[in-house]
Amino acid sequence: MLKALHDQKGAQLLLGFLLGVGFGFLLQKGSVTYYDVIINQLLLKDFTVVKIMLTAMVTGMIGVHLLVGLGLAQLHPKPGSWGTLIPGALIFGVGFGILGYCPGTAVGAVGHGALDALAGGVLGMLAGAAVFAALYPKLASLLQKGDFGDATFPRLFGLRPWPVVIVVALMVTGLLYAIENAGL
Amino acid sequence: MDLFTMDRWSPYAVGIGIGVLSCLAFLLSNKPIGCSTAFVRSAGLLERLFRGRKVDDKPYYRKFAPRIDWEWMLVLGVLVGALASAWLAGQFEWRWVPHRWAAAAGTSASIRWLVALLGGFCVGFGARWAGGCTSGHGISGTLQLAVSSWIAAVGFFAGGIATAMLIYHVILG
Repeated sequence: MLKALHDQKGAQLLLGFLLGVGFGFLLQKGSVTYYDVIINQLLLKDFTVVKIMLTAMVTGMIGVHLLVGLGLAQLHPKPGSWGTLIPGALIFGVGFGILGYCPGTAVGAVGHGALDALAGGVLGMLAGAAVFAALYPKLASLLQKGDFGDATFPRLFGLRPWPVVIVVALMVTGLLYAIENAGL
Repeated sequence: MDLFTMDRWSPYAVGIGIGVLSCLAFLLSNKPIGCSTAFVRSAGLLERLFRGRKVDDKPYYRKFAPRIDWEWMLVLGVLVGALASAWLAGQFEWRWVPHRWAAAAGTSASIRWLVALLGGFCVGFGARWAGGCTSGHGISGTLQLAVSSWIAAVGFFAGGIATAMLIYHVILG
């Protein structure tokens, strides 16, 4: 791993910024910074969001597992529990359907002048995060319910990563092919 | 330069690009791409303006200290990158009400603003409850084959699809 680079604080802030510029550029070029595109995905009329996410997932999955295999990276799977994921993801989903942006795409939308994403989305997200921080001590015990740590599917099933990577890549590619074939 | 001024790229090209950026983030920064912790850190920074340093003692801000970090810079970069992309393609435009919303709910900016504020609140609150968003769980987590992230991604879309259907087919339908 490039540990010397990882430890350089200033260089890391610059790298974060540059990677973000690339990410924002791609999100806008993919048109997923637009409310219309996201809401049409959630209404199952336009599958642009899913196509981008799944293609990014497969590309990144193969690349990151290669880097890990070469000793150039390590995984950072997020820990989770039923208590965090079920309520949290559903509340997020409800917000996603109402707002029509997620955190990254809302910021990207501000970049092309979407004022609802700025004055509504970004401000609302800041308030939501602040209220969560305030309630966190009260929620802490619920958040630990059904904790399964930072498990990954290969570890869960006692498999080496590559067979899982290959199967997931083939399944997702098949799904994308089916979506494209269905004209969505 | 045609490529950079084009309106829209193929979703597969964009997806591959984001996948490559994810790999670069792991390689160069030892970090997965994510967007929602920047919001809690910013909320902490704003709270600190009003309530001073004692904000740092809140248990959640001890986990996510109110400061500008790698991911905060990434989110700032998203703003700049999207602005650059829109500008090059001549797509920058101040707009309060998206077309799809206007067609179904009318062109009132204040109604769209209030709805977006409510939606944003749930997104910010839910992202912190779930420990990530459509980037951190939905892309970076699923590509690591993390169990938590696959569950989160399904939940994000299940909630999102149900809510969008309710709004467009029942409430505004």
